[in-house]
Amino acid sequence: MILAFVSVILMAVDHRQHYLEGVRSTISVLVYPLQYLVDLPISASSWIGENLSSRETLLEENTRLRMQQTLFKAQLQKFNAIEAENQRLRELLQSSKKVGEQVLIGELLAVDLEPFTRQIVINKGSRHGVYLGQPLIGADGVMGQIVHVGPLSAIAMLITDVNHAIPVQINRNGLRAIAVGTGEPDRLAIPYLPLSADIVEGDLLVSSGLGGHFPSDYPVAVVSQVDKDPTRPYAVISAVPTASLETSREVLLVWPAGQASDKQATSETSAPAPTNGADAP
Amino acid sequence: MNLGQHRGGGVIAFSFIVALALQLVALPGWAETLRPDWLALVLIYWSMALPERVGVGIGWLTGLLLDVASGALLGQNALALAIVAYLVLQLHQRLRVFPLWQQSLSLLLLVALHLLLVLWIRGIIGLSIETWTYWLPAVSSLFAWPLVYAALRNLRRAYQVS
Repeated sequence: MILAFVSVILMAVDHRQHYLEGVRSTISVLVYPLQYLVDLPISASSWIGENLSSRETLLEENTRLRMQQTLFKAQLQKFNAIEAENQRLRELLQSSKKVGEQVLIGELLAVDLEPFTRQIVINKGSRHGVYLGQPLIGADGVMGQIVHVGPLSAIAMLITDVNHAIPVQINRNGLRAIAVGTGEPDRLAIPYLPLSADIVEGDLLVSSGLGGHFPSDYPVAVVSQVDKDPTRPYAVISAVPTASLETSREVLLVWPAGQASDKQATSETSAPAPTNGADAP
Repeated sequence: MNLGQHRGGGVIAFSFIVALALQLVALPGWAETLRPDWLALVLIYWSMALPERVGVGIGWLTGLLLDVASGALLGQNALALAIVAYLVLQLHQRLRVFPLWQQSLSLLLLVALHLLLVLWIRGIIGLSIETWTYWLPAVSSLFAWPLVYAALRNLRRAYQVS
């Protein structure tokens, strides 16, 4: 009876407030070894697969990666020059947009969470400087944000979760919108855009940075379907996330430019980890 | 814990840890919807076999661990499993003498109750689920029960847990 009462209180408080994050992160330390153990066979099998792959495949992959790197480097030279130029122009305009974020690579643990939600466990926690609401980026776009932090691990909500919404803008014309998760693995909905909105299939949606949570100008999704039915008040628009949410194993934790320095000032433990991470790639 | 009369607490704890791990193992999509409710099965077995040791309190604690491990609302599985354990404590003398198929059927109801409670709680906070596949774990638990029952009974006899 008492326990039932306690659990109802727990649920109410957990749903409405953030007081219980401490309790949750303490218990998550107990659970972490188990999650690690569950993940072990899967990461071990991929490790074995990597180690047993033949010399030929490795060589092939090596050449491919080297070519790719040369390509990227060439692009980057240009990019550096353009970034510097952009910075100069912004200084001329006296606009204070900061560029340059700090990143840390986190690895997914293969753990199944509550059914019918889109959440993942990563192997970095508050000891590495991870904080609540931190954006999570994959190789091809925004993946989600941190919703629970433990000392050693954290749980992130993907952008396809029903509870998730991210402010975006269309890369082509700067039209602002909100991309809401649908609970399906590869579909986002863009509600509240009028029928006259200038949006077509194939438009790239990038994060607008308006909510203050996500850094701006990261790709989020590509518009896949626009249904402008005149009988409805708003257009029905679907988009496919650009990040491979269901398959990628590495994620990038991002400290937005302004926040990184505050973060280092407030907690010493977090300071070394992000900088190391930024150097690593 | 009263170590004078009781023994084999380690075995019970171990079985709960294994159940929690099975609950968390990543499975491909189709198998995920068919995953039996391992934690509820193990909890039901122990509170049926040893009602004076495992009961509402243990059910609540394991539920809380599951909540944290799976990122669910804190307390939702705790409440549901505590209620399941309470029902088993009330019914344990009847459940024990049932033949296995009858036991499995009552188990189906208990697991369905667990799922129903979780569904209600999720509905209240606006995370309702509409697909019927949500109920498949109850059916797969029905088929997993004879296995769990045999395994845990052998374990209990081998280590003389009492």
